Amino acid sequence: MLKKIRVAAAILVLAFLTFCFIDFAGIITDPLLQKIQFGPALMSLSIITLVALAALTLLFGRIYCSVICPLGILQDVFNWMSKKFNKKKKYGFKPESKIVRYGILAALIIAWICGFSVMVSLVEPYSAFGRIATQVLKPLYMLGNNLLALISEKTGSYLFYHNAVMIRSMASFVTALITLLLIAVISFMRGRTWCNVICPVGTILGLLSRFSLFKVRIDTGKCNHCTACSRKCKSYCIDSKNQQIDYSRCVDCFDCLDTCKQKALYYGLKKEPSPAPVKRPQNDAPVDASRRDFLKSSLAVAAVAPQVAMAKKSGIALFQPTPASPPGSLSHKNLMQHCTACHLCISKCPSKVLKPATMEYGLAGFMQPVMKFDQGFCNYNCTVCSDVCPAGAIKHVTLEEKHQIQPGHVVFRTDVCVVHNKRTSCGACAAHGPTQAVHMVPWEDGLTHPEISTELCLGCGGCEFICPVHAIYVEGNPEHLVATLPKQEETTVSDDFGFGF
Amino acid sequence: MDRRNFLKSLAAAGAAVTIKSSGAMDVMAATNSAMPEMAPAAAAASADLVAVMNGEPAAMLRKALETMGGIGQYVKKGNKVVIKPNIGWDRTPELAANTNPELVAEMVKQCLAAGASEVKVFDHSCDEWTKCYDHSGIQKAVKDAGGTMVPANEESYYQEISLPKGKVLKKAKVHKAILECDVWFNMPVLKNHGGARLTMAMKNHMGIVWDRRAFHSMGLQECIADITTISKPAALQIVDAYRIITSNGPQGRDAKDVVLTKALFASKDIVAVDTAAGKFFNQFKSIPVDTVTHIAKGEALGMGTTDLESIKVERIKM
Repeated sequence: MLKKIRVAAAILVLAFLTFCFIDFAGIITDPLLQKIQFGPALMSLSIITLVALAALTLLFGRIYCSVICPLGILQDVFNWMSKKFNKKKKYGFKPESKIVRYGILAALIIAWICGFSVMVSLVEPYSAFGRIATQVLKPLYMLGNNLLALISEKTGSYLFYHNAVMIRSMASFVTALITLLLIAVISFMRGRTWCNVICPVGTILGLLSRFSLFKVRIDTGKCNHCTACSRKCKSYCIDSKNQQIDYSRCVDCFDCLDTCKQKALYYGLKKEPSPAPVKRPQNDAPVDASRRDFLKSSLAVAAVAPQVAMAKKSGIALFQPTPASPPGSLSHKNLMQHCTACHLCISKCPSKVLKPATMEYGLAGFMQPVMKFDQGFCNYNCTVCSDVCPAGAIKHVTLEEKHQIQPGHVVFRTDVCVVHNKRTSCGACAAHGPTQAVHMVPWEDGLTHPEISTELCLGCGGCEFICPVHAIYVEGNPEHLVATLPKQEETTVSDDFGFGF
Repeated sequence: MDRRNFLKSLAAAGAAVTIKSSGAMDVMAATNSAMPEMAPAAAAASADLVAVMNGEPAAMLRKALETMGGIGQYVKKGNKVVIKPNIGWDRTPELAANTNPELVAEMVKQCLAAGASEVKVFDHSCDEWTKCYDHSGIQKAVKDAGGTMVPANEESYYQEISLPKGKVLKKAKVHKAILECDVWFNMPVLKNHGGARLTMAMKNHMGIVWDRRAFHSMGLQECIADITTISKPAALQIVDAYRIITSNGPQGRDAKDVVLTKALFASKDIVAVDTAAGKFFNQFKSIPVDTVTHIAKGEALGMGTTDLESIKVERIKM
C-alpha cells in the first residue's frame, strides 16, 4: 500500500515537473514544485523550505528522494524498466562507500566556496533533471507540437502553433544528454547507486535520515535472514545477515515491505522486537585513518582546481563582448553564487533570449543563463525568468524595477552602420528599443541615423537582434546598473486641427 | 478553454456543412447581402479616399465603408478574408503602437456580415508575438467578433513570391494567409517611425513578410515601396489614426508620446492614403511627407498618387 502511494505521488510529481520544463506555451506560470527542491532552496537560503525538508526527513526518512526529486523518480523509472527486461533482477547488500560519498560532498562544497559552481550544477539532481527536460525532452515535445500544428492547420484551427525546435546550446545539450545516459545506465544496472554515492543532496539527507522517527524496520524476532528484502533493495542498504538497514541510503521506496514472507519488515516507529530474537553483536567500525587522509587531500585538490581553471579563462573573454546576465541576477557574481543551471528560466523565456552559457562566464559559469540576441531580445514587459528562478540567482523583480535594470549597455559602431555605408534609411535598431536609448536623429540627405543615450539603455538587445549588419551590440555589465527613466516631455497639442490636406 | 473552442469550432464546421445542404444557409445569406443595401447614400457616391474625424473607431469605420460603397463591394459571400493590422509591439491599446482593437473587431464584424466564410487576422510581430497578440487587445477583440487569430511566428507560415515590379526587392516570403485568401485588408496605425520617418499603409506591409532584416540591409524605403507591388494587393487601405504616436515611434516610450486624434483614412490607393495620413500627422509634428521617401517611391512604381487634388476625396466630420 505504502509503495503504491509512493509510486502514484512520484508519477504525479515527475509529470508536473517535466511539463513545467517543456511547456513552451507558458501554461504553468507558478512552478511550485521547483521551489521545494533542496538544491535551489539551499542556494537561495530559503529557510522555510530547508527546515521543512529537514523536518520531513527527520520524521519520515528520505521521502524526498523517492517522491520530490525528479532525478530520483527518473531513476526509478529506468530501474522499473530494467526489471521488465530481467524479471529475476537481484540487488543484495553492499557496504556504504563512505569515503567517496563524503569526499564528493566536501569537494563540491569547497568548489562552490571557491566560486566554481559548475561542479554543483553538474550533479545537483533537480538541476540535472531540469537540463535533461529542457535540452533533450523539450525539443521532442516541440516536434510533437509542430506535428499537431500541421494537422490542426489543415482543419483551419490555430490552437496549436509552430514553434521552431532548437537546441539553444550544443554544449549544454551534450552535457544533458550525457547526464541522461549516465543516469539511465547507472539506474538500469545498479538502482540508486547515483543517489547514494554521487548525489550531494542524497548525502546530506542521508545524514539526517539516520535519525528519522519513521523508518523501515526489521522485527528481529520474526526475521529469519532469508535476504528476500535485501535482494529487492535498489539502494543495496539492507543487511539481512546482521538485521540492519543503512538508513543513510534508504530512500523509502518501500519495495522491500511486501517481499518479506515473515512479515518482519514494517515502516513506523520503533517497536519492541517479537519474542525469540537472535541478537547478533554489532560490529562497530573503528575510525578509519585513511578516510580522514582522503578527505584532507580531496579538499586540497578541490581548492586548487578552480584557481587553475580561472587562470585559463581570462584568455578567452577577449574576443567577445562581456556577457549580459538576465535582469534580476544583479551581477555575474550573484548568478555564479546561486545558479545551479536548472534551465527553468531558459526554458520559460518566451523571447528565446536566454541561453545556456558555454564559456561566456568562464568555465565556472558553464550552462548558466546568458542573454544572447541572435534569436530574440529581452521583452520590455516580461519578468518570467525572475518569476520562476527557484535558486535566488535571478531575484524576483517587478515590471517597474525591471524597466530600470541595465544588465548591459548598447555599443554602436558607426563605421559598420548601413545608413553610413549605403546612405539608406534603416532605423531598425531604434524601432526595436523600448526606451529610445537608440534613437534616430536627422543626418545627411534627409536620412536619420542612430544616436545613443547609454543611460536609458536596458540592454534588451532589440537593436543587436534586428541590425542587419551587426553595427550595434550589447556589452554586458558584470554588475548591473540602474538605467535612467526617460524624461517626461510634456507635449502640448492644440485641439484645433483639421484634416491637414 | 482553447481546446473547448477548438472542439466547438469543429462541431460548428460540421454543423455548417449540414446546414449548407439543407438550404437553410440561403436564408442566412439573403439577410447578409441585404445589409449593405440598407445603408442609403452608399452605392451612389463612391469616393477615392475617405477621411473621417471626431468619431469612435468603429463608427468612423462604418462611415468610411459606407462612403466607399459598402463592404459588399469588397467582400463577397463565402470569401476568405484576411485583415492585417499592426500588432508589432507588446503595448496596450492606449499606447497606440498597434492598430486600435475596436477598429479591427468592427472590420471583422463587417466582413462576416458581408458573408465572409472566415476572417483571419495576423501580424509578424517584432516583440514576442503571443504577448503582442494578447496585450494589444486585438486577439480578444477579434475572437469576440468571430474572427481567427493566425500565428506568424515561424518561417513555415510563409511562402516565397516574386515581385517582378520591385526595384531592389525581387522576391519575399509572404504569409500564406495572404496568399491563400480571397481578399485582404491592410489596417495600419499612423505613427512616427525612427527609420522610415512615418509608418502607415505602405510600411505596414513589412508585417506580411518573414525576413524584415533584408529590408533594412537592402534599403528600407525602396523595399517598403517594392513590397506593395505584390500581385495581390489589399482591397482597401484603412489607416487608424484614432490615437497616434507623434515621437519616439514606432513603439513610443509612454502615453506622453500619444495624441488622441480620432481620425481614420480609407482608400484603395495606398500612396494617396499614406499622403493624406502623413499630412494629417504634420499638424501635430513636422515630418514633411516628402521626407518619407517610400511614398514617392511607391508613386514612381505606379502604386498610386500623391496628388490628392487629382482624386475624389471625401472629408467627413462626425
